[in-house]
Amino acid sequence: MRIVVLVKVVPDTNAERTLSLETGLAERATAALVADEIGERALEVALSYADAHEGTDVHVLAVGPEESTTSIRKCLAMGAASATHVVDAGLVGADLGLTAEVVAAALGRVGYDLVLAGNQSTDGMGGVLPVMVAEHLGLPSLTNLTAVTIGDAEVSGTRLSEDAAVGLSAPLPAVVSVTEALPDPRFPGFKGIMAAKKKPVEVLSLADLGLDADDLSTSRSIMLTIDARPPRGGGVKITDDDGDAAVRLSAFLAENHLI
Amino acid sequence: MTIAADSILVLLDTTPDGALAKSSAALLGAASTVGTPVALVLGDEAAAKAAAELGAATVLRAPAPDSQVGVVDALVAAAALARPDAVLASHSVDGREAAARFAVRARSGLVMDAIEVARDDQGVIARSSAYGGSYTVTSTVTHGAPVITVRQGAVEARAEARPLAEITLEVAASGVAAATTGSVEVAEKTGGRPDLRGAAKVVSGGWGLGSKEDFALVEQLADALGAAVGASRAAVDAGFVPSSAQVGQTGVQVAPQLYIALAISGAIQHLAGMQTAKTIVAINRDEDAPIFEIADFGIVGDVFTVVPQLIAEIEKAKA
Ligand SMILES: Cc1cc2nc3c(=O)[nH]c(=O)nc-3n(C[C@H](O)[C@H](O)[C@H](O)COP(=O)(O)OP(=O)(O)OC[C@H]3O[C@@H](n4cnc5c(N)ncnc54)[C@H](O)[C@@H]3O)c2cc1C
Ligand SMILES: Nc1ncnc2c1ncn2[C@@H]1O[C@H](COP(=O)(O)O)[C@@H](O)[C@H]1O
Repeated sequence: MRIVVLVKVVPDTNAERTLSLETGLAERATAALVADEIGERALEVALSYADAHEGTDVHVLAVGPEESTTSIRKCLAMGAASATHVVDAGLVGADLGLTAEVVAAALGRVGYDLVLAGNQSTDGMGGVLPVMVAEHLGLPSLTNLTAVTIGDAEVSGTRLSEDAAVGLSAPLPAVVSVTEALPDPRFPGFKGIMAAKKKPVEVLSLADLGLDADDLSTSRSIMLTIDARPPRGGGVKITDDDGDAAVRLSAFLAENHLI
Repeated sequence: MTIAADSILVLLDTTPDGALAKSSAALLGAASTVGTPVALVLGDEAAAKAAAELGAATVLRAPAPDSQVGVVDALVAAAALARPDAVLASHSVDGREAAARFAVRARSGLVMDAIEVARDDQGVIARSSAYGGSYTVTSTVTHGAPVITVRQGAVEARAEARPLAEITLEVAASGVAAATTGSVEVAEKTGGRPDLRGAAKVVSGGWGLGSKEDFALVEQLADALGAAVGASRAAVDAGFVPSSAQVGQTGVQVAPQLYIALAISGAIQHLAGMQTAKTIVAINRDEDAPIFEIADFGIVGDVFTVVPQLIAEIEKAKA
């Protein structure tokens, strides 16, 4: 079985992420690029299935800038067998629609029995790329899963939506996305890091996929303006040494009409 | 029956029992600020009536489908009939996924998680926030009607009630493969407490609460203030509260009048979910906790000492 894991390479949420007020694009200087944690969790689902099922081939697919290579290598060091990296100047600032077309086209080329993704990226926060890919490929989608069971010919799981937990199942091939309720990803070991150096990473351009970023037959989202929120300053900080902190906080809340 | 020329097609979510989801009033409200709201209701007559009461000038109705693909098929039929200036859906998991699949089929541009919609001379535009409220962005699409998802609890506008004008929608099945739905377990209600999304006040607890039992302290303060209950990811991971209470980067983004953080360190991913609150209060025993850097009122102290006293003070003030 071939499992393709969609991993987005994003600015590290542990650092202060900034956007250029001129272009609206992420500024590389502030936060380094890392594999999104939720993508690593999706990879962990694939790898633990592969650990228990011989003949499973785990492949990573990332659409992102040149600098994504380190994060892709990390996925290989964790245990993925191979990877595809789609990189193209035409993808700078790509919206969800274009990204979904690219992912779908790359999947068509790579081949898959199961596509595993994160439920939501930490930079885009769209939470929709997996279903868009499913729509392009005509596949069933089982998304926002808090539990997944992969079978030989079927996949099932529990979808968490606002009002309910819903059991879903579908025959393979299918698209699955998982939430952070799934286990933490493993750390790459020394052996994994060494082995990753020899694993194949195919680098593809839009032309390789027969796509043109400037084709406007599909409507694209565009940013009109961007503003930064003024930084927030600290306020009063008191220590509860005299035991009157609660009284003072209550007075503060009352003054501000919050009680 | 004719449909207004400036129609805004609004996909309304329904709950497992067939009622309109809470997000409906704000969605129709948002639509009414940029055009004439036309609701797509996938359910019964009562749901259609409820949509009209919330301001839908026209209700397009079809039976509840049994899969996401069925919802998308209905959206395709509704858009063909209404020829809308924009399509709005909730940014709920169900709403945003149906909207996104529809955008792929209709080759429409997609704008996610809007906190406001407006019109400029070209058409409908959306305002959204990026990186946890650090930036505000306005966007639209290159051409055609934008498909916009709207953040729950973000829009205050409400539309005026209308008499029910219903059109029965004929939906052609696309035959796109869909997952099969099995068991449905309805989520626990928040027990009379306000919903986290859109709440005016939020009291959140972190890992420092120590246990599920002691997390009750957070709930007691919330109840004294009439606030919603939130949590850090560490508190969710430790099993103190369900994941629906998580505030932050990968949880809910809130923008209340008052946010109280109890025993939360203030990791950057937590701040991404609450830093746009009007007033922030933090209680933490570590005077160097980063949460104090953005708190309007910070107390260096033990939550188990300060919070019971605070609840007593609030009760006194209310009396
Ligand atoms: C991709 C990604 C996404 C994430 N998304 C989120 C998210 O959405 N939301 C989120 O919250 N986190 C998120 N995190 C996790 C985040 O980095 C922190 O780990 C988490 O917020 C820590 O939670 P905490 O403050 O409760 O715990 P801790 O950091 O352990 O802090 C506990 C605090 O409690 C204080 N304390 C202990 N006992 C007491 C007491 N008796 N009285 C007073 N104070 C006390 C301590 O001084 C300490 O400051 C994310 C991380 C990643 C990598
Ligand atoms: N550029 C990308 N490359 C690879 N996978 C992606 C990309 N963008 C999104 N994804 C996948 O889709 C999921 C949801 O992303 P989003 O819709 O942006 O919130 C992510 O967790 C990834 O698994």
